Amino acid sequence: MLIRLVTFCLTGIVLANVPLSAQLAVKGDTVYTMAGEAISNGVILIEDGKFSSVGSAGDIVIPDGWLTLSAVVVTPGLIDAHTTVGISGLLNQAHDQEQVEKSAPIQPELRAIDAYNARDELVDWVRNLGITTIHTGHGPGALISGQTMILKTDRKNISDGTLNPFAMIAGSLGQGGLSKDEKKSPGTRAKTIALLRADLIKAGEYLEKLEKGEEGKKPDRNLRLEALGEVLQGNIPLLLTAHRHQDIGAALRLAEEFGFRLILDGASEAHLIINDIKDAGVPVIVHPTMMRAGGDKENMTMEMAAILDREGIPFALQSGFESYVPKTRVVLFEAAMAAAYGLAFESALGSITIKAAEILEIDDRVGSIEVGKDADLALFDGDPFEYVTHCTAVVIDGELVKGAAQ
Amino acid sequence: MTLIHRRDELRSEKILQDRLFANDKIEMVGSADQVDIPDGVEVVDVSGKVIMPGLICTHSHIGQGSGGDRSGPIQPEVRVYDSINVRDARMEKARAGGITTVNIMPGSGHLLSGQTIYLKLRDGNKVEDLFIYNEDGSLAGGIKMANATNSRKAPPFPGTRAKSASLVRQQYIKAREYKAKLLAAAEDPKKKAPDRDLGMEALVEVLEGKRVVHHHTHRHDDILTVLRLKKEFGFRLVLQHVSEAWKVAEEIAAADVPCSIIYLDSPGGKLEARDIDWRNGAELERLGVLTGFHTDDGVTDSRWFLRSAAFAVRAGMSEKAALFGMTMAGAKMLDLEDRTGSLTVGKDADFVILSGDPLSVYTRIEETWVEGQKVFDLDDPQDRLWANGGYGAGTPRTLQLCCFDQ
Repeated sequence: MLIRLVTFCLTGIVLANVPLSAQLAVKGDTVYTMAGEAISNGVILIEDGKFSSVGSAGDIVIPDGWLTLSAVVVTPGLIDAHTTVGISGLLNQAHDQEQVEKSAPIQPELRAIDAYNARDELVDWVRNLGITTIHTGHGPGALISGQTMILKTDRKNISDGTLNPFAMIAGSLGQGGLSKDEKKSPGTRAKTIALLRADLIKAGEYLEKLEKGEEGKKPDRNLRLEALGEVLQGNIPLLLTAHRHQDIGAALRLAEEFGFRLILDGASEAHLIINDIKDAGVPVIVHPTMMRAGGDKENMTMEMAAILDREGIPFALQSGFESYVPKTRVVLFEAAMAAAYGLAFESALGSITIKAAEILEIDDRVGSIEVGKDADLALFDGDPFEYVTHCTAVVIDGELVKGAAQ
Repeated sequence: MTLIHRRDELRSEKILQDRLFANDKIEMVGSADQVDIPDGVEVVDVSGKVIMPGLICTHSHIGQGSGGDRSGPIQPEVRVYDSINVRDARMEKARAGGITTVNIMPGSGHLLSGQTIYLKLRDGNKVEDLFIYNEDGSLAGGIKMANATNSRKAPPFPGTRAKSASLVRQQYIKAREYKAKLLAAAEDPKKKAPDRDLGMEALVEVLEGKRVVHHHTHRHDDILTVLRLKKEFGFRLVLQHVSEAWKVAEEIAAADVPCSIIYLDSPGGKLEARDIDWRNGAELERLGVLTGFHTDDGVTDSRWFLRSAAFAVRAGMSEKAALFGMTMAGAKMLDLEDRTGSLTVGKDADFVILSGDPLSVYTRIEETWVEGQKVFDLDDPQDRLWANGGYGAGTPRTLQLCCFDQ
């Protein structure tokens, strides 16, 4: 911002009624638009926070006086399809861990917007590595842990706006869904499913009473059943973390019984039940490629993203949730590792841009560099997946949030 | 066994060799025009590949080893090797990561959690098969110490940093007195030697410099506390983790103490890892500190150990120093520099064959050799399972079924 002010002063441009960030040009040796072929010597023009032109240097002239960013590689702003960043804080102390409320196994009424700390340092950390949009919220670790939301990583308050304040309801089957207190339910896998079915049935009855009940006889408002009702009505998906193949199978069975939209999360053993997932047409937000392999996750494979890609199952990558050092993974590095283990470069990039946007249903706004979409970009000084490459600049809604323009 | 390696391009700053001849020791090494292939030797042609010394992880928890129990904060009599399961899948994954020598340590939940063991990752069915012997016939290993929050808990454990230091000082003083009594008894037959005390015996080895202290420490002030204790008692020291090394690098350099550092995807996860910084490697290199790396497996996975060096380079460390850090620096820290850590005639034939640049994410470790024996081969289906993951990758290795039918 300071740089821009100086530039404007030097050139004597009158600032009256013109937002400082109204215009920006970006040049890239390679521009991966994720909407068609990569462009060599690409140029992107940004006006009022949106992409206004995208093409090759030969076709697009950068207007005089526009601030310009340059990089070796330009990609859409990266999207982390599932994280708890901002909900679980950097310090990993009780006061900054808001991702799971342990008082009851099923709490779909817990809103992510009431828990998100936009100023947590980990939000800055991932933004500075090119991640501009996150799907964050209540995490794995309870049968139904709460709601999730989608927002940009430059927001300082929830009131600055989200892409979706109530994106999904998150839950965990298998070990992650069990009570940590052995005297409390659910203590077994079968019990988790029984509890969940019972509540989904209750939510269905609640919806029915709301619809059919005469005035004065309608049920009292129940936040819990209301939230599950959103899932039953198909307004939002249920995001179920399931790693063991039998847990994945249970998730598919539930979705079939209740007809809700399911998104599978984690899915370490998806390769063992791949045809069922494919037949159900369910997308998968794959576990971090470098997730610690233990417990329910012991059979995870770094080739999972490549397997799903080969099978034609829609998938995105995620940074996931870490309960110990390191506090968060970086979805860029997870995609890089997927690329090293058999996933084609552009598929790997897609899994943290356009494919993630499609699964999160925000592809009308973000995920690719196309005219009219939000001007979110990540700039790199080399192959974005290489360890030694740096993310040199980040743009969100046309604003430079990292790096310097000339 | 003989190995030839020819590459299209030689980058001299890297630890790479053109030709390598080896049995259990390296017999000849050099460029193709320097080394003639003797008659009658087996030739393994790995043209186009990269060979580098076997990686040395100076701090790992593979093998499901344990250390001291809850009975007290200082337990030097406990030996981690009495608990190691060499069939643990993570031992296989370490081989898949190119690690040939490893320092397996007990945990950091004690001021002193026990004796560590240095192992060569030979194929073996019991821990003895992996031992490294010193010239005097003793086992190569160090001792594990820690300060700050991990070792703070309810009594008899300390509750503060100052108490931690005082407990440790008291033990060193006790060990000095024990040693003095031993010496006195040796010189004067009339004086009675003290009763054998296993803990004191280990601490005397520490005071005599036979057993290096591997000290878990993160915060700048905690690092300085360790240096202060070293000055008082004169033990040999390797600082482990050293998350805030960048804050006190000059003090570390002045004390001439080596550092084994770790690279994480993000800061945080515990209070003391808040300010961990990727610049540690560059800063320590600048000041001439002997700098190596570790996985702390399962904090990071041994299969991606080379990633540590690459991240260090990303943040300004030279490639030469980073690759030295993965190999020779670790050998020096474990007093094994005469046997391993470089491709030098007379040293053990511990090396790794890679598909390309050691610092590239796309590079795969194809083979790992320990003392002239191949212990990992990416083309072997079972080894590939350890390397890539999948069903069974978390299951301990079964018995080698060589002899059941005989």
